[in-house]
Amino acid sequence: MIQLDVQYFAILREQRGLSAEKIATGAATPGALYDELRGRHGFTLTSDRVRAAVNDEFVAADAPLRDGDRIVFIPPVAGG
Amino acid sequence: MFRLTSAAIDDPALRRALVNSRAGACVTFEGWVRDRNEGQPVLALEYEAYAPLAEKEGARILAEAREKFALVGAAAVHRVGHLQLGEMAVWVGVTAEHRGAAFEACRYIIDEAKARVPIWKKEHYASGATAWINCATRGDHASGGAPAPS
Repeated sequence: MIQLDVQYFAILREQRGLSAEKIATGAATPGALYDELRGRHGFTLTSDRVRAAVNDEFVAADAPLRDGDRIVFIPPVAGG
Repeated sequence: MFRLTSAAIDDPALRRALVNSRAGACVTFEGWVRDRNEGQPVLALEYEAYAPLAEKEGARILAEAREKFALVGAAAVHRVGHLQLGEMAVWVGVTAEHRGAAFEACRYIIDEAKARVPIWKKEHYASGATAWINCATRGDHASGGAPAPS
Protein backbone atom coordinates (compact mmCIF):
# COMPACT_ATOMS: atom_id res chain seq x y z
CA MET A 1 0.00 0.00 0.00
CA ILE A 2 1.12 3.55 -0.74
CA GLN A 3 -0.20 6.87 0.59
CA LEU A 4 -1.31 9.45 -1.97
CA ASP A 5 -2.77 12.95 -1.94
CA VAL A 6 -5.69 13.09 -4.38
CA GLN A 7 -7.10 16.42 -5.58
CA TYR A 8 -10.46 16.73 -7.34
CA PHE A 9 -11.66 19.42 -9.72
CA ALA A 10 -14.92 20.31 -11.46
CA ILE A 11 -17.30 17.40 -12.01
CA LEU A 12 -15.10 14.99 -10.03
CA ARG A 13 -14.95 17.40 -7.07
CA GLU A 14 -18.73 17.63 -7.05
CA GLN A 15 -19.27 13.90 -7.41
CA ARG A 16 -16.72 13.14 -4.67
CA GLY A 17 -18.07 15.93 -2.45
CA LEU A 18 -14.62 17.24 -1.52
CA SER A 19 -11.55 18.86 -3.10
CA ALA A 20 -8.76 16.73 -1.68
CA GLU A 21 -8.11 13.66 0.43
CA LYS A 22 -5.32 11.37 1.53
CA ILE A 23 -5.78 7.78 0.55
CA ALA A 24 -3.99 4.46 0.99
CA THR A 25 -4.15 2.29 -2.10
CA GLY A 26 -2.76 -0.82 -3.66
CA ALA A 27 -3.20 0.70 -7.13
CA ALA A 28 0.11 0.88 -8.97
CA THR A 29 -0.93 3.27 -11.76
CA PRO A 30 -3.24 6.29 -12.25
CA GLY A 31 -5.53 4.16 -14.44
CA ALA A 32 -5.95 1.51 -11.76
CA LEU A 33 -6.47 4.17 -9.09
CA TYR A 34 -9.14 5.94 -11.13
CA ASP A 35 -11.05 2.70 -11.61
CA GLU A 36 -10.81 2.02 -7.87
CA LEU A 37 -12.10 5.51 -6.99
CA ARG A 38 -14.78 5.38 -9.66
CA GLY A 39 -16.07 2.12 -8.20
CA ARG A 40 -16.14 3.65 -4.72
CA HIS A 41 -17.62 7.08 -5.55
CA GLY A 42 -19.67 6.49 -8.69
CA PHE A 43 -17.85 8.95 -10.97
CA THR A 44 -19.80 9.15 -14.23
CA LEU A 45 -16.75 9.68 -16.48
CA THR A 46 -15.09 6.49 -17.69
CA SER A 47 -11.32 6.21 -17.38
CA ASP A 48 -10.77 6.75 -21.12
CA ARG A 49 -12.16 10.30 -20.78
CA VAL A 50 -9.95 11.31 -17.85
CA ARG A 51 -6.26 12.27 -17.94
CA ALA A 52 -3.95 12.08 -14.97
CA ALA A 53 -1.36 14.44 -13.54
CA VAL A 54 1.19 13.53 -10.87
CA ASN A 55 2.98 16.28 -8.96
CA ASP A 56 1.64 18.89 -11.42
CA GLU A 57 2.73 17.16 -14.63
CA PHE A 58 0.68 15.10 -17.10
CA VAL A 59 1.42 11.37 -16.91
CA ALA A 60 0.24 8.30 -18.80
CA ALA A 61 -2.50 6.13 -17.33
CA ASP A 62 0.04 3.35 -16.82
CA ALA A 63 2.77 5.49 -15.22
CA PRO A 64 4.06 4.21 -11.87
CA LEU A 65 2.69 5.76 -8.66
CA ARG A 66 5.01 6.34 -5.71
CA ASP A 67 4.36 6.85 -2.04
CA GLY A 68 3.64 10.52 -1.32
CA ASP A 69 2.66 11.45 -4.89
CA ARG A 70 0.03 14.13 -5.41
CA ILE A 71 -2.38 12.98 -8.10
CA VAL A 72 -5.08 14.85 -10.01
CA PHE A 73 -7.58 13.33 -12.43
CA ILE A 74 -8.45 15.71 -15.25
CA PRO A 75 -11.96 15.55 -16.75
CA PRO A 76 -12.46 16.76 -20.34
CA VAL A 77 -11.37 20.40 -20.35
CA ALA A 78 -13.47 23.35 -21.54
CA GLY A 79 -11.59 26.61 -21.29
CA GLY A 80 -12.19 29.56 -23.56
CA MET B 1 3.05 34.58 -20.26
CA PHE B 2 -0.11 32.58 -19.56
CA ARG B 3 -1.95 33.65 -16.43
CA LEU B 4 -5.16 32.86 -14.59
CA THR B 5 -7.09 35.63 -12.87
CA SER B 6 -10.16 35.82 -10.68
CA ALA B 7 -10.53 39.55 -11.42
CA ALA B 8 -11.83 41.15 -14.60
CA ILE B 9 -9.30 40.88 -17.43
CA ASP B 10 -7.52 44.22 -17.93
CA ASP B 11 -7.14 43.93 -21.69
CA PRO B 12 -5.86 47.49 -22.29
CA ALA B 13 -2.96 46.83 -19.91
CA LEU B 14 -2.25 43.47 -21.57
CA ARG B 15 -2.23 45.11 -24.97
CA ARG B 16 0.10 47.89 -23.81
CA ALA B 17 2.52 45.26 -22.48
CA LEU B 18 2.83 43.84 -26.01
CA VAL B 19 3.79 47.15 -27.60
CA ASN B 20 7.11 46.74 -29.41
CA SER B 21 8.61 48.81 -32.23
CA ARG B 22 9.62 45.61 -34.07
CA ALA B 23 5.98 44.54 -34.40
CA GLY B 24 3.94 45.52 -37.44
CA ALA B 25 0.87 43.49 -36.50
CA CYS B 26 -1.09 42.80 -33.35
CA VAL B 27 -3.94 40.28 -33.29
CA THR B 28 -6.03 39.80 -30.17
CA PHE B 29 -8.82 37.36 -29.40
CA GLU B 30 -11.44 37.83 -26.69
CA GLY B 31 -13.75 35.03 -25.59
CA TRP B 32 -16.98 36.38 -24.06
CA VAL B 33 -19.69 34.76 -21.99
CA ARG B 34 -22.57 34.12 -24.39
CA ASP B 35 -26.24 33.99 -23.44
CA ARG B 36 -26.94 30.59 -24.93
CA ASN B 37 -25.30 27.27 -25.74
CA GLU B 38 -26.85 24.53 -27.86
CA GLY B 39 -30.15 26.42 -27.77
CA GLN B 40 -30.29 26.63 -23.98
CA PRO B 41 -30.44 30.10 -22.37
CA VAL B 42 -27.34 30.55 -20.20
CA LEU B 43 -27.48 32.85 -17.15
CA ALA B 44 -23.90 32.65 -15.90
CA LEU B 45 -20.70 30.66 -16.11
CA GLU B 46 -18.23 29.29 -13.67
CA TYR B 47 -14.63 28.47 -14.59
CA GLU B 48 -12.44 26.28 -12.43
CA ALA B 49 -8.74 25.61 -13.07
CA TYR B 50 -6.05 23.27 -11.84
CA ALA B 51 -3.85 26.31 -11.56
CA PRO B 52 -0.26 24.98 -11.41
CA LEU B 53 -0.70 22.72 -14.43
CA ALA B 54 -2.95 25.17 -16.30
CA GLU B 55 -0.24 27.84 -16.14
CA LYS B 56 2.47 25.35 -17.13
CA GLU B 57 0.49 23.97 -20.08
CA GLY B 58 -0.49 27.49 -21.14
CA ALA B 59 3.17 28.55 -21.09
CA ARG B 60 4.06 25.51 -23.21
CA ILE B 61 1.42 26.49 -25.79
CA LEU B 62 2.81 30.03 -25.99
CA ALA B 63 6.33 28.61 -26.44
CA GLU B 64 5.08 26.33 -29.22
CA ALA B 65 3.46 29.31 -30.95
CA ARG B 66 6.78 31.18 -30.79
CA GLU B 67 8.53 28.20 -32.38
CA LYS B 68 5.96 27.71 -35.15
CA PHE B 69 5.37 31.33 -36.12
CA ALA B 70 7.60 34.38 -36.49
CA LEU B 71 6.34 36.27 -33.43
CA VAL B 72 7.50 39.30 -31.53
CA GLY B 73 5.32 38.70 -28.47
CA ALA B 74 2.51 36.49 -27.15
CA ALA B 75 0.42 36.48 -23.99
CA ALA B 76 -2.83 34.96 -22.75
CA VAL B 77 -5.04 35.33 -19.67
CA HIS B 78 -7.99 33.18 -18.60
CA ARG B 79 -10.60 34.05 -15.99
CA VAL B 80 -11.61 31.70 -13.19
CA GLY B 81 -14.60 31.91 -10.85
CA HIS B 82 -18.12 33.14 -11.55
CA LEU B 83 -18.68 35.23 -14.70
CA GLN B 84 -21.72 37.11 -15.87
CA LEU B 85 -23.03 37.37 -19.43
CA GLY B 86 -20.84 39.54 -21.63
CA GLU B 87 -17.76 39.29 -19.42
CA MET B 88 -14.44 38.39 -20.98
CA ALA B 89 -13.46 34.81 -20.19
CA VAL B 90 -10.20 34.67 -22.10
CA TRP B 91 -7.83 37.07 -23.83
CA VAL B 92 -5.04 36.16 -26.26
CA GLY B 93 -2.69 38.73 -27.76
CA VAL B 94 0.04 38.16 -30.33
CA THR B 95 2.43 40.51 -32.10
CA ALA B 96 4.56 39.82 -35.17
CA GLU B 97 6.34 41.68 -37.92
CA HIS B 98 3.57 40.73 -40.33
CA ARG B 99 -0.13 39.98 -39.98
CA GLY B 100 -0.06 36.39 -41.31
CA ALA B 101 1.97 35.01 -38.44
CA ALA B 102 -0.03 37.06 -35.93
CA PHE B 103 -3.41 35.74 -37.13
CA GLU B 104 -2.22 32.14 -37.29
CA ALA B 105 -0.49 32.19 -33.93
CA CYS B 106 -3.49 33.75 -32.20
CA ARG B 107 -5.73 31.02 -33.62
CA TYR B 108 -3.23 28.34 -32.61
CA ILE B 109 -3.01 29.57 -29.04
CA ILE B 110 -6.75 29.77 -28.39
CA ASP B 111 -7.44 26.42 -30.10
CA GLU B 112 -4.71 24.60 -28.17
CA ALA B 113 -5.67 26.28 -24.90
CA LYS B 114 -9.27 25.13 -25.26
CA ALA B 115 -8.15 21.57 -26.00
CA ARG B 116 -5.32 21.13 -23.49
CA VAL B 117 -5.30 23.52 -20.55
CA PRO B 118 -6.96 22.06 -17.43
CA ILE B 119 -9.78 24.59 -17.09
CA TRP B 120 -13.41 23.56 -16.75
CA LYS B 121 -16.60 25.43 -17.46
CA LYS B 122 -19.92 25.01 -15.69
CA GLU B 123 -22.95 26.59 -17.30
CA HIS B 124 -25.91 27.77 -15.24
CA TYR B 125 -29.11 27.69 -17.30
CA ALA B 126 -32.32 29.66 -17.03
CA SER B 127 -34.07 26.38 -16.24
CA GLY B 128 -32.05 26.08 -13.02
CA ALA B 129 -30.01 23.19 -14.41
CA THR B 130 -26.23 23.27 -14.56
CA ALA B 131 -23.71 21.32 -16.63
CA TRP B 132 -19.95 20.84 -16.80
CA ILE B 133 -19.25 21.32 -20.49
CA ASN B 134 -17.75 18.35 -22.35
CA CYS B 135 -18.30 16.09 -19.32
CA ALA B 136 -21.71 14.69 -20.25
CA THR B 137 -22.12 10.92 -20.24
CA ARG B 138 -24.86 8.76 -21.66
CA GLY B 139 -28.11 9.56 -19.90
CA ASP B 140 -26.83 12.99 -18.91
CA HIS B 141 -28.07 15.28 -21.65
CA ALA B 142 -27.71 18.61 -19.87
CA SER B 143 -24.77 19.72 -21.98
CA GLY B 144 -24.95 17.15 -24.76
CA GLY B 145 -21.15 17.00 -24.72
CA ALA B 146 -21.20 20.13 -26.85
CA PRO B 147 -18.01 21.92 -27.77
CA ALA B 148 -17.35 24.91 -25.58
CA PRO B 149 -18.51 28.31 -26.85
CA SER B 150 -16.21 31.18 -27.86
